[in-house]
Amino acid sequence: MSTSIDKGTAIFYLQKMMEIRQFEDKIMDLLAQNIAEGGSHLYAGEEAVAVGAMAALRPDDFITSTHRGHGHAIAKGGKLNELMAEILGKATGCCKGKGGSLHLADVSTGNLGANGIVGGGLAMAAGAGLSIKLRKTEQVTLCFIGDGATNQGVFHESLNMVGTWRLPVIYIVENNLYGMSVSVKRASAVTDLAKKAVPYNMPAVTVSGQDVLAVKDAVEAYVKNARAGKGPAMVVCDTYRYYGHSRSDPRVYRTKEEEKYWAEQDPIKLFSAKCVKEGLLSQKDVEELDKFVENEIEEATKFAIESPLPGDAELYTDLFA
Amino acid sequence: MREIAYWQAINEALAEEMTKDPSVFIMGEDVAIYGGAYAVTRGLHAKFGDERVRDTAISEAAIVGAGLGAAITGMRPVVEIMYVDFMGIAMDQLNNQIAKIRYMFGGKTKVPLVIRTEGGAGRTLGAHHSQSLEAWFTHIPGIKVVMPSTPYDAKGLLKAAIREDNPIVYIEHKMLYNTKGPVPETEYVLPIGKADVKKQGKDITLVSWSLTLLHCLKAAEELEKEGISVEVIDLRTLAPLDIDTIVGSVQKTHRLVIAHEAWKTGGFAGEIAAQVMEKAFDHLDAPVSRVCGADVPMPKAPNLERLAIPNKETIKKAVKELLA
Repeated sequence: MSTSIDKGTAIFYLQKMMEIRQFEDKIMDLLAQNIAEGGSHLYAGEEAVAVGAMAALRPDDFITSTHRGHGHAIAKGGKLNELMAEILGKATGCCKGKGGSLHLADVSTGNLGANGIVGGGLAMAAGAGLSIKLRKTEQVTLCFIGDGATNQGVFHESLNMVGTWRLPVIYIVENNLYGMSVSVKRASAVTDLAKKAVPYNMPAVTVSGQDVLAVKDAVEAYVKNARAGKGPAMVVCDTYRYYGHSRSDPRVYRTKEEEKYWAEQDPIKLFSAKCVKEGLLSQKDVEELDKFVENEIEEATKFAIESPLPGDAELYTDLFA
Repeated sequence: MREIAYWQAINEALAEEMTKDPSVFIMGEDVAIYGGAYAVTRGLHAKFGDERVRDTAISEAAIVGAGLGAAITGMRPVVEIMYVDFMGIAMDQLNNQIAKIRYMFGGKTKVPLVIRTEGGAGRTLGAHHSQSLEAWFTHIPGIKVVMPSTPYDAKGLLKAAIREDNPIVYIEHKMLYNTKGPVPETEYVLPIGKADVKKQGKDITLVSWSLTLLHCLKAAEELEKEGISVEVIDLRTLAPLDIDTIVGSVQKTHRLVIAHEAWKTGGFAGEIAAQVMEKAFDHLDAPVSRVCGADVPMPKAPNLERLAIPNKETIKKAVKELLA
């Protein structure tokens, strides 16, 4: 194991990853049954990135999330009931049913929101970093983005600002190989995405996004630097989404072989096998945890389904402070 | 009362609010050492230092978007976009992030952000430095739009804007910076969302804002000598719109002319006219008339530039036609 962790920590990481996986599988199920309406970009397969990165944070640190943001919200401490209810557009949701899947946010946990615009969190993250610098705290901001967002203009504007001002922002690039259907090879002039940090004077490293401890170690090192005023950095996490871009995606742009390859690198299986092999957890511990999470997700789903929609009077509330 | 210039009134508002509240800071292109393209922030860098008066790269999306990030994490940024024409680059930040974030989050965040910018024609700067784009912003729910015409309003409204917990687009006019007017030395703040009747009258209502408002006042003065009594309303804030003040005036005068420098098609005058018809149709004795910018990119040639925007004469003509 790349770092030594205790049993409680192992259970925590595994639980969070299982929560994300089962949450996403459940939403796919709800979409198929038309209980969930609208779109949803699911995070299944990428769990180790959110959980590993968030393991390096304090509760008062900020994150900006992505177009595929359920995993970040769960890993940053969002409540499963409220997140599930939000995705169903219910009054009990974390955004009172006004945000939905693409706008999952929970400012009370430091999550400044998923985003319907690819790269929409980039400039906001720079501002959160600037705010930390001006308020002279030791917080950091993690800016999650996908490979697709690295081709947006605002990516370059924001990294230039953060690099110039040495702001405490760490970019977590989730390279899942495709921006919707277009592969990194066909969309980006460089396929080694860590190179995109170089012009902005920040260090970058690429790690396996399937290895929760590798992600945590890389992020933790940069977070420590950022808290010490040493500025920004980037961690590129190679990962894969199991589902298509959204529910209507037939996945014709990728091969069965590729999907099989990545299924074998499953972050939850890899981590639980490691924990069992090293005697940190028993197979029974893993199975019990899986069952526990299943119950949590069932409860969250029941809560969400039984919750009311927002009242009609909510249409015009919350526009201004 | 002392008289100071419009730029100076804005400068004073910034300095006073920065002194009062350490969470207020300024960033934008050339705002620090240079003091702003129109010198509005002159002296502030020397007074408040590098951290609170920040020169940025030429990156409008990052400037505006970072303003949002700072605003929702404990600061009160005042960001400057040098020309309103450059807002195109930052429109995703404004429309999709800033205007919507509070609503999308179910009211669980506040956005105390001011975007200061400047617009308008008059310096023969051509199509990319002369526009009046306020209708872009008034179309978006979730932001307030302020466009003062006098130094007094400019100062009081900017101070209010900085203290607001909502995003505000505050648009100055390049031809107003050196205009002077009375501004008290004692502190005051003006309410956002409240129009000001700049001149009372009984025959016709003239609604305008920003530089065109000054043309309206001159037109009204001359028309007065010809026996036409014009009421001139300065909107000061376009969003939220103080429709009650306009309707109240129309109920008295029964005639309405709206003048603005922005393009006529899809311009804010159309919105005002529609609301007046909804709320005061029976009080109108004539169709609502609009005196607006020509629907063309702003030409360079000074004669064409003059033709492209309203002036005292075109406003007078519209008033007379409506009364004929």
